[in-house]
Amino acid sequence: MPFKIIASQCTSCSACELECPNVAISEKGGTFVIDPKKCTECVGHFDEPQCVAVCPVDNTCVVDTSLPRYQARA
Amino acid sequence: MDVSTLDEASSAESAVDIGKVMPIAARNGCGRSGGGGKASCGSQAGQGDLPTEIWEKVKNHPCYSEAAHHHYARMHVAVAPACNIQCNYCNRKYDCANESRPGVVSEKLTPEQAAKKVLAVASTIPQMTVLGIAGPGDPLANPKRTFKTFELVARSAPDIKLCMSTNGLLLPDHIDTIANFKIDHVTITINMVDPEIGAKIYPWIFYNHKRYTGVEAAKILNDRQLQGLEMLTERGILCKINSVMIPGINDQHLVKVNKAVKSRGAFLHNIMPLISAPEHGTVFGLSGQREPTAQELKALQDACAGEMNLMRHCRQCRADAIGLLGEDRSAEFTTEKVMAMDVEYDLQMRKAYQAKVEEERLARLAGKQEELVELATNMSDINLMVAVATKGAGVINEHFGHAKEFQVYELSTTGAKFVGHRRVDHYCQGGYGEEERLATIIRAIKDCHAVFVAKIGGCPKSNLLKAGIEPVDRYAHEFIEKSAIAWFKSYLEKVQSGEIQHTERGEAAIRQAALISAA
Repeated sequence: MPFKIIASQCTSCSACELECPNVAISEKGGTFVIDPKKCTECVGHFDEPQCVAVCPVDNTCVVDTSLPRYQARA
Repeated sequence: MDVSTLDEASSAESAVDIGKVMPIAARNGCGRSGGGGKASCGSQAGQGDLPTEIWEKVKNHPCYSEAAHHHYARMHVAVAPACNIQCNYCNRKYDCANESRPGVVSEKLTPEQAAKKVLAVASTIPQMTVLGIAGPGDPLANPKRTFKTFELVARSAPDIKLCMSTNGLLLPDHIDTIANFKIDHVTITINMVDPEIGAKIYPWIFYNHKRYTGVEAAKILNDRQLQGLEMLTERGILCKINSVMIPGINDQHLVKVNKAVKSRGAFLHNIMPLISAPEHGTVFGLSGQREPTAQELKALQDACAGEMNLMRHCRQCRADAIGLLGEDRSAEFTTEKVMAMDVEYDLQMRKAYQAKVEEERLARLAGKQEELVELATNMSDINLMVAVATKGAGVINEHFGHAKEFQVYELSTTGAKFVGHRRVDHYCQGGYGEEERLATIIRAIKDCHAVFVAKIGGCPKSNLLKAGIEPVDRYAHEFIEKSAIAWFKSYLEKVQSGEIQHTERGEAAIRQAALISAA
């Protein structure tokens, strides 16, 4: 649930889409968006969220504080 | 950034500094031991000492052969937007249609759109012989899109050479796929073989699902690059190494990089000047990291020349460039225009056209040889540079006022050698007035004794003469080398008779990243 992409900073490079283990990322209106229903913060897949690690613009893939953290749902 | 530490680090790294490189360059490089030969890749207009199988691969590849770049065109398709490393000289966010530098594109393409575009361009520009995938990210970080594009193109246009340019991080993983697709030209960008230096160029890499930073990142990257290079060499795939020359960071170190890649079988080394305008928003652009001068670049290239092929004709093009290296026709082939085109791939027409190009090329070589025989009777140590206004085909065929770039040739009694080019086109923000434009041109070719043009107006003519550059229009529409050697012969005769005195010229400015779209 918790990661989101700040659209104004997204370069539309698609790197996050290719890395996301949950296929939660897709292109929408020229930039990329994360489907909060599919995002697991990469818990159970990798040590760090892949979109954050691969994004060329710092602080563009960030925790969506308006939603509860993924682990909190479990 | 602490500049003094940078200086210290890099001078400890290598004994060669640019000041010391200059005299070596004068001894070693250009013109003394055979005019072109190994000093500039394929500077010889013919096969030279290249084995036939390699000559077959490079003879019509504009990026792998200096001689070919006057006649043949390439295109890049922007199917690979994602990247897996961050470089301090790169910012892919910035996108201006009039901007020309690596990593910049106007629109991304799907493999299907790219394949259609290749056919459209191949039909319109029959001398387009090479399709490259160079980004705007890294082709191997987008393997599905990259290889799908190659597959579609190989099927519908089998005569087109396939080529890619990568940072090398994932090269070892895809080496067999590359070989299977018969991609016989691969470029790797290698800026260092010392992770301490790498840490100043690459803030991070993304590898095996993890972000690595600093020296650790640079070490992984470099190990993978060199391993990839060795694997390419083993498979007989020609490899070009691109290196970005960053003054104070890796400039002196690139001599060591040159040795490392040469010993691993790289075919060609392309040392390019850093582009770091602040408006591009790169880390180096914003930190005030300076670009090298034309003289510094040439000195480093000459120091690396030796037995290694060195590329000096790179235009640092966009990841969606189309045309001869000095031009960009990408605006004629936007997706909208391409999709509306009714394309029929005519292989016979392309072959017939290319046969004509070969005839032209042989005539050019013959002309050069003729003049060389004449020149051989002269004995002189004089070594100088001239600028040439050309639209391609190896002919002086551009008006001084219309030139977007000048090609630079070094002349000595051993012949004429292509040593680089200078961009003089309008910058995208507003452009220049006439007077300012002339001043820009004079700054760009200040190190040249003469400028060869098809035509030139009276006013620029007198301004050039005032600046000590002789405008030469008597060889309009003739072959470049032949004309330059003939002019040089008469120059030497005038010096010998005392009619003129030979003087050294000053330093010129490189203006990269200003190539405006032709359309």
